Amino acid sequence: MTFDEGQGYVVLATIAVPLLAALILVFTPGSQKMAVRYISAVTGAILAALSIYIFTAYQVDGDQAQMNLRWTWVENTAFLGENGIALRLAVDGISALLALLTGVVAFAGALASWKIEYRNKDFYILYWILLAGVFGTFFAYDLFFFFFFYELAVMPLYLLIGVWGSTRKEYGAAKLTLMLVGGSVLIWIGIFAVFHQANIGTFDLPSLWAAGQNGAISPTAQKVIFPLMAVGCGVLAALWPFHTWSPDGHMSAPTAVSMVHAGVLMKLGAFGIIRLGIQLLPEGAEFWMPALMVLGTIGAVYGATAALTQRDFKLISGYSSVSHMGYVLMGLATMNTIGITGAVLQMFSHGVMTALVFLMIGALYDQAHTRDMKEFGGLAKVMPLWVIFYAIAGLANVGLPGFSGFTAEFHIFVGTFRTYPVFGALAIFAAALAAAYMLRMFATVFFGPTNPHWKDLKDLTPIERLSGAMLIASIVIMGVWWAPFTDRVGHTVTLLPGVTG
Amino acid sequence: MRDYALFIPEYIACGVALLIIAIELFAPKVRKDTLAYLTALGALAWFAAGLAFLDRDPKSYQGLFLSDDFTSFFRLLAAGIVFVVALMSAEFLKRHKGVDHGEFYGLLLVAGSAMTVMAGATELLTAYLALEVLSFSLYILVGILKRDLRSNEASLKYILLGAFSSALFLYGLSLVYGTAGTTSYAGIAEAYASRDSGLDPAVVVGLMLILAGVGFKVSAAPFHMWAPDAYEGAPLPITAFLSTLSKAAGFALILRLFSSAFVTDAETWRWAFLALAALTMTVGNLIAIQQKNLKRLVAYSSIGQVGYMLISIAALGYGDAQVGINATSGLLVHLVGYIVTTLALFSALTAAVNRTGSEEIAGLRGLAETQPFLALVITASLFSFAGLPFFAGFATKLFLLQGATTDETIWVVALAVLNSFISLYYYLMVIRQMYLFDPVGDASRYRVQPVLWGLAAVLLVGILFIGMYPGPAFEFSEQAARPLFDAASAAAAARVQAP
Repeated sequence: MTFDEGQGYVVLATIAVPLLAALILVFTPGSQKMAVRYISAVTGAILAALSIYIFTAYQVDGDQAQMNLRWTWVENTAFLGENGIALRLAVDGISALLALLTGVVAFAGALASWKIEYRNKDFYILYWILLAGVFGTFFAYDLFFFFFFYELAVMPLYLLIGVWGSTRKEYGAAKLTLMLVGGSVLIWIGIFAVFHQANIGTFDLPSLWAAGQNGAISPTAQKVIFPLMAVGCGVLAALWPFHTWSPDGHMSAPTAVSMVHAGVLMKLGAFGIIRLGIQLLPEGAEFWMPALMVLGTIGAVYGATAALTQRDFKLISGYSSVSHMGYVLMGLATMNTIGITGAVLQMFSHGVMTALVFLMIGALYDQAHTRDMKEFGGLAKVMPLWVIFYAIAGLANVGLPGFSGFTAEFHIFVGTFRTYPVFGALAIFAAALAAAYMLRMFATVFFGPTNPHWKDLKDLTPIERLSGAMLIASIVIMGVWWAPFTDRVGHTVTLLPGVTG
Repeated sequence: MRDYALFIPEYIACGVALLIIAIELFAPKVRKDTLAYLTALGALAWFAAGLAFLDRDPKSYQGLFLSDDFTSFFRLLAAGIVFVVALMSAEFLKRHKGVDHGEFYGLLLVAGSAMTVMAGATELLTAYLALEVLSFSLYILVGILKRDLRSNEASLKYILLGAFSSALFLYGLSLVYGTAGTTSYAGIAEAYASRDSGLDPAVVVGLMLILAGVGFKVSAAPFHMWAPDAYEGAPLPITAFLSTLSKAAGFALILRLFSSAFVTDAETWRWAFLALAALTMTVGNLIAIQQKNLKRLVAYSSIGQVGYMLISIAALGYGDAQVGINATSGLLVHLVGYIVTTLALFSALTAAVNRTGSEEIAGLRGLAETQPFLALVITASLFSFAGLPFFAGFATKLFLLQGATTDETIWVVALAVLNSFISLYYYLMVIRQMYLFDPVGDASRYRVQPVLWGLAAVLLVGILFIGMYPGPAFEFSEQAARPLFDAASAAAAARVQAP
């Protein structure tokens, strides 16, 4: 195992800590429910601290890949050369930001699951395995391990939703798992094709990126393989028309899983499009990006329209996620620096914002056992803090200046207008729709006549306040002081192949 | 000079087999699980003796049998499988009266020895005899529950279809002998390489008949019809034995035969294997979806797995020795992963079935509540079959498919990946029963017999180890694959030098 600059272990720790936590939990008696919670809370805190450290320690004027670690796994065999397969981890500007997102959401989600009574040990074991997979995917610099961690992040969802979910949980879990694994199948076929085409006997991503850029993977092959990768990853990013698992899955999932799923996992898909699409197959990306722009725009407008017609809180957020991930895909499809930077910022912004939304929905559902918007009214009087938190998320959602959503969407719109003005206009229309469904929610749920049935609802618990406050801090910091965020992301984005100024 | 020492490990295995049968004959009152543990001990000794043959220069016994790393690989696998199945049976057979334990355990060892000979055979009749020894042992083992009608039916079906396939195989061998004038693999290769006229139709027919015969043994579609019934009727440990040892032995024979004797006619058989692979994996996985019985589900899922493995055989026919080594070592490492996974699955299933008595998928309902450890092992095995990360199947299937990828085979590789996706669906249906539903009635937590528990735990560790650190397994497989192609290239070189 080789470390670079003595920092590689920090990156490894983000994967090792949750796995270790899962292992400790395996040996914790299931009856010790409080011990399980404390172990998980500590794990979440460590992960948040590690991710903040990685984000701040990332040198904006340094190398592209920092905090390297390389541990050879299989090499010099029949069809693998001396680079072979290695657990190679590194941080670049994009993964530094997304790791920060993961750390914050992981901690918040661990706290949000405090109330789980039914087999809470098993829940947390799966939860930490999932998060190890997420961190691993963001840091993997080896194609094999990229896919390994990617799958690791997707698989626990089936049980997490199927066992601890609500509202048609089995259907939601099965649909989600099968669609996501269907996407993985496409990626897997793509990986075989890339490995075979590049013919350099390694899964090392930088070597393969070089092969993609110097033509070792022929342009024709790239054009054939790119759709496999883009659609395969796109399923997880809720790319229209492969988004249908998203509303069902979110509706069925327990609170913490919705938070992590909408907050972090969907970003893995978009991140995969950067890693396996733009970086690995630049020719293919150039050829297909207009198509991705069309699909992304349809997703943005469609998601917002559909959200407007829903009554279930979680469905609204599910469709609004489709819409916001549509922006992310649009940003990536611009292939210019500002657009892609915006897309990455939007991944972060949507991540924390949507995690906050699901946290609030969970806090309400735990008491009310319904999520039908029409049944509520005047909650501002009953649960003032809840309303404030939810309103902040909602305002970030519509892209109000001062919140993270504004920073991100502004970048995306500017980027889109540069290359595709018509789609830019459509995107802004979708943003207006977002304002409509959020304001409708404010009007019917927060204000208006109080339904006496709900007068006994309790406001947020201290744990929920802590969890929400962290997410709000992230939203506000990025909204008012975005230089650290744009610097880190821009540092990497400008060097992506095929990206124009 | 006849080198009898080459068979020392098999002497041990067969000696223990005879000893066990004798013990039951002369001391009928002996505790039956003693015999099982004796078998396991014998398998261990056999394994240890097999280890001594690793890393040695290849040695031939009269041109009939070759002892090299390839043979040793399958010998070690056979010993390992017999060890696990014997321990599994110890607990399982306690509940069944009317079983002749001596024969049961003895035949396990004999069948395992037959597998070694199938792997090492370098002559058609030796291969055929070994195949028949294996088949006859299995015919008896499948029907050993004499009072169980399903077991009888399964055995009968298996014997009839097996005899039919043997006839096809033998007819194919005779056509090959007729055209080549020799039964030795090297001789056949030489004869076919040096013939003047084009391809003889008799050779094509012979190859296809041989293919049908071995296709039956590994249960490749459309020769798979016997498998679900035999799997369902056989005692659970024998089902495990069928789906591991019998398949591995079939592939051992195919690999050596087609990489040496028939290498010249690769163009003739490679498309047939490719078609067989595509058909087998699709049929296996699609029919598996409809199964309600666990053993039938495993039968069809293993047919699907055979489909993936057949791609490697097809890939042998495309390209050079390098592709051959890639494909073969991929296949061998996948066999290891597949066998460990299957045995883990069956250890856990045996423990669960011992308790519930139900072999239906619905019988696993709520297992995560009543016996979380077994549920975990079953889940890990199924995920490993589906090829998910952390578990053996992820790494080994990757090596298998990667090694078999060539320009001509890539479409089947893509089909295989799609099929893995289909397979995940029915694996999830099993996992769903265990985790999403509560147990029926007032089922409570129970303890598993220590032997089965330990077996399942060790095999689970094996699944995780291969999944997370496949390097050693892969290097071992490559070492085993190399002699096949060293010999082939040496033979090719010899032919070039000859005038």
